[in-house]
Amino acid sequence: MRLMTAGGKGMIGGRPREGFEMTEQIGDAIEIREGVDRETVETVQNMGSYKYGWDTEIEMEYAPKGINEDIVRLISKKNEEPEWMTEWRLQAFRRWQTMTEPKWAMLNYPEIDYQDQYYYARPKSMEVKPRSLDEVDPKLLATYEKLGIPLKEQMILAGIEGAEGAPAEARQVAVDAVFDSVSVGTTFKDELAKAGVIFCSISEAIREHPELVRKYLGSVVPQSDNFFATLNSAVFSDGSFVYVPPGVRCPMELSTYFRINAENTGQFERTLIIADKGSYVSYLEGCTAPKRDVAQLHAAVVEIVVLEDAEVKYSTVQNWFPGDEEGKGGIYNFVTKRADCREARAKVMWTQVETGSAITWKYPSCILRGEESQGEFYSIAIANNHQQADTGTKMIHLGKNTRSRIVSKGISAGHAQNTYRGLVSMHPRATNSRNYTQCDSLLIGDKCGAHTVPYIEVKNTSSRVEHEATTSKVDDDQLFYCRQRGMDEEEAVALVVNGFCREVLQALPMEFAMEAQSLVAISLEGSVG
Amino acid sequence: MADTAVLAAQAAASADKARPGDAALAARLDVLTLPEGGFTRAAREDAAQRLQAMGLPGPRDEYWRYTDPALFNAARPEAAEIAGDSSTLFTEIERLNLVFVDGRFDAAASDKLEGEGVEIENLASAEGRADHWAAGLYGRLEAAGQQPVKRPFAVLNTLTASDGVLIRVTGRIGRPVHITYHRSAVDADVSLHHVVKLEEGAELTLLETGAIGARSNVVLEVEVGKGARFHHVSAKRANDPKLGIGHIFARVESEALFKSFALTVNGRMMRNEAVIDIAGDDAIAHIAAAVLGDGDTGRFHHDDTVFIIHGAERCESRQVFKKVLKNSAEGVFQGKILVKPGAQKTDGYQISQGLLLDEGSQFLAKPELEIYADDVKCSHGSTTGALDETALFYLRSRGVPKERAIVLLVLSFLADALEEIEDERLRDDILGRLEDWLTQRAGNQGKA
Repeated sequence: MRLMTAGGKGMIGGRPREGFEMTEQIGDAIEIREGVDRETVETVQNMGSYKYGWDTEIEMEYAPKGINEDIVRLISKKNEEPEWMTEWRLQAFRRWQTMTEPKWAMLNYPEIDYQDQYYYARPKSMEVKPRSLDEVDPKLLATYEKLGIPLKEQMILAGIEGAEGAPAEARQVAVDAVFDSVSVGTTFKDELAKAGVIFCSISEAIREHPELVRKYLGSVVPQSDNFFATLNSAVFSDGSFVYVPPGVRCPMELSTYFRINAENTGQFERTLIIADKGSYVSYLEGCTAPKRDVAQLHAAVVEIVVLEDAEVKYSTVQNWFPGDEEGKGGIYNFVTKRADCREARAKVMWTQVETGSAITWKYPSCILRGEESQGEFYSIAIANNHQQADTGTKMIHLGKNTRSRIVSKGISAGHAQNTYRGLVSMHPRATNSRNYTQCDSLLIGDKCGAHTVPYIEVKNTSSRVEHEATTSKVDDDQLFYCRQRGMDEEEAVALVVNGFCREVLQALPMEFAMEAQSLVAISLEGSVG
Repeated sequence: MADTAVLAAQAAASADKARPGDAALAARLDVLTLPEGGFTRAAREDAAQRLQAMGLPGPRDEYWRYTDPALFNAARPEAAEIAGDSSTLFTEIERLNLVFVDGRFDAAASDKLEGEGVEIENLASAEGRADHWAAGLYGRLEAAGQQPVKRPFAVLNTLTASDGVLIRVTGRIGRPVHITYHRSAVDADVSLHHVVKLEEGAELTLLETGAIGARSNVVLEVEVGKGARFHHVSAKRANDPKLGIGHIFARVESEALFKSFALTVNGRMMRNEAVIDIAGDDAIAHIAAAVLGDGDTGRFHHDDTVFIIHGAERCESRQVFKKVLKNSAEGVFQGKILVKPGAQKTDGYQISQGLLLDEGSQFLAKPELEIYADDVKCSHGSTTGALDETALFYLRSRGVPKERAIVLLVLSFLADALEEIEDERLRDDILGRLEDWLTQRAGNQGKA
């Protein structure tokens, strides 16, 4: 297997990777054969490119560059936050100034200048919250349309009355759309409210539900947790808030769509999910960003509190711009995600498909405090070209009879480095607990790397911990079989890789599973040939 | 080499940068007397420089995450009682005996240092010569093994080693070389440095038994030449409450074989580091350990830290580590397989297992893979748990008494590691000792 260099097959016919705008022009230039519909041609042409790489030209409002106490106060003021919240942020900021950036991950990137970033950017049109579709900047709507969020939902997104008439089957996912530093809108709020579920932006929650936010914010990921989480605590601008009351099964999937648009702007979102006793919620997260030459910073925090008998399913398809073939640009993604199974029989399931970002530093964790609580982690991490991913999970068993399961699939291609880093800790009191870990790595090409760094700490005897890891390349026999059946090499590799990832893909909700499957194929475009 | 006082002063002076262990290092270097001149001089001077730059490990050192280096750092070892000498291992086998007492070679108690196809000397008596075959290896393999992780105690050993054996093998030696260690002083702080070189096609079996000192620091540097075969079996004295750190630095050339097995039965605190550089194509390197740790006589802590580097094509490596832990005993395994770019067709395997016989014992593992070549087969597994109740029940239902059943299950748990000893005579000897020891132990506990 030979390594593809830039300018090869990945760009299909030598065209530059451009995305949507290009597709339209190309459609005209290419003769469409009979029996092949236009959609197929366009889909094929979109393969192998980062299709969310365009940006929206929109008038933005920025806070001055850099970070200091005034900026923190400004962000707090823009969000119309109460005094306690401003103080909380300042406390985090003061703490952050005493901390140093962690360097233990197997990541190699130039020094980040934290003063050379914008910490707050919002579309000017969002200054006054729009009340009708006419008031919302059409460019903003077009952005979400392009990203594939259906129009009917957009109407609701813009807060229009009358969206009630939307067909029922199209209304399964409520969306909170975050554009740079602000939440543009949240769909299906009224319907969710009927079930008692609170789903809104975190800035709104700070204003409307301060008692819940004060009780839970920072209770899973403390302000001083780590360098990036502390930075986030100081400057987070928006994000989503979910509260599911006792005994309620959330009537639809909840989802947040994060979009970075502005240049040189860091995105710092904060998500807080609280599943009260006996409740259930499934939450999806998607992210994209434009193609830019300069790397952009993203440092998010997700906190999940799961109470007695409750269950939370958190799925992510992370598709931030990964940088170009030479490794220029891309998102530096430093994320702290943690779920606290605080009471008995609480259950949390993390599923992630990490295909984007130039740098990924992310370890969604489970604190299994309640007796018989359960944590699961399913992950696919794909790194191509010059991407670097250092990701994994922590399963901290504190309660009796707790269970956890880790399935991680890492795929490296091009010049990429992909590391699984994880911790399984069995506390002396966590008797009769179980963990099963499987982490497999696949290497495509001889210039990439795949690494496994698990920490296994067992401090009681009745618990059982099993860890398995393998590293291999795409099996020649399987490839040969596929090619013999008429597939080209890239198709064959995509098929084998999808098979390799199957266990994780199956754990994703339907909507995401389809997207993830094609993402797997796209992310590997140009890696074989 | 008399500038250790200067070095100690420097270490003390740099204490304003407050590196952990600096004060301890200064104190240790202060009392050091080193041999003048000789072929190790350059390496010792180089070690002094390197040690000065890296310092001793502190409690926050990632590589010392699970083992506290404080006792190894301390200026002097605490006095440790000498366990009764019940070491009768390998006595039935014809072998060449070398005896060390408190870290000094005892020529009178040893066999004559001669044999066909082998040159043997002890370091202290050979060191004065300016020219020696070991000059290219002493402290050199150790220095090469400092990347990417620092091993300051190995550097300290190169700097301070008082004695050791130098073995150069040119033929296939059927008779194993057996190093026996004795302790006579309760507070001996021993630093030994062995260098073994196997020329092309040579073969050697090296055995080590006994108790080295109240605190010991041993480095074994081995160069296994093309097509050569090196077997190493070490079984330190059971129950000796010593404090020990051991290092193996090996370079394995093409088509060569390297196999090392270590048995530990009780003790106090031990750390074994191994860096095996598989430098030639089609080579094989296996490293294994069986550990039985009972914390009832005080603290038991055992750490195996292994680093295997695959730098060539079609090589095989295998790590098998089994630890049986009881009464708050702590077992640690940190293992890594590094496959360098271009080391295609590598077959790397690693298994670490902890068997916890009661509450309170711990097994802490960090099995790592770092792989930069695509056509490889690498896997690792790690499990920790208690004795299988079903297996125990099965044996008891067949009339096997509980104590005996536990002995059988523990032996079967350790079997994979023992399998790594190729020579059946050696393996059976160790297995027999292990069984005796376990049975005796079970009997004692039955009475209590």
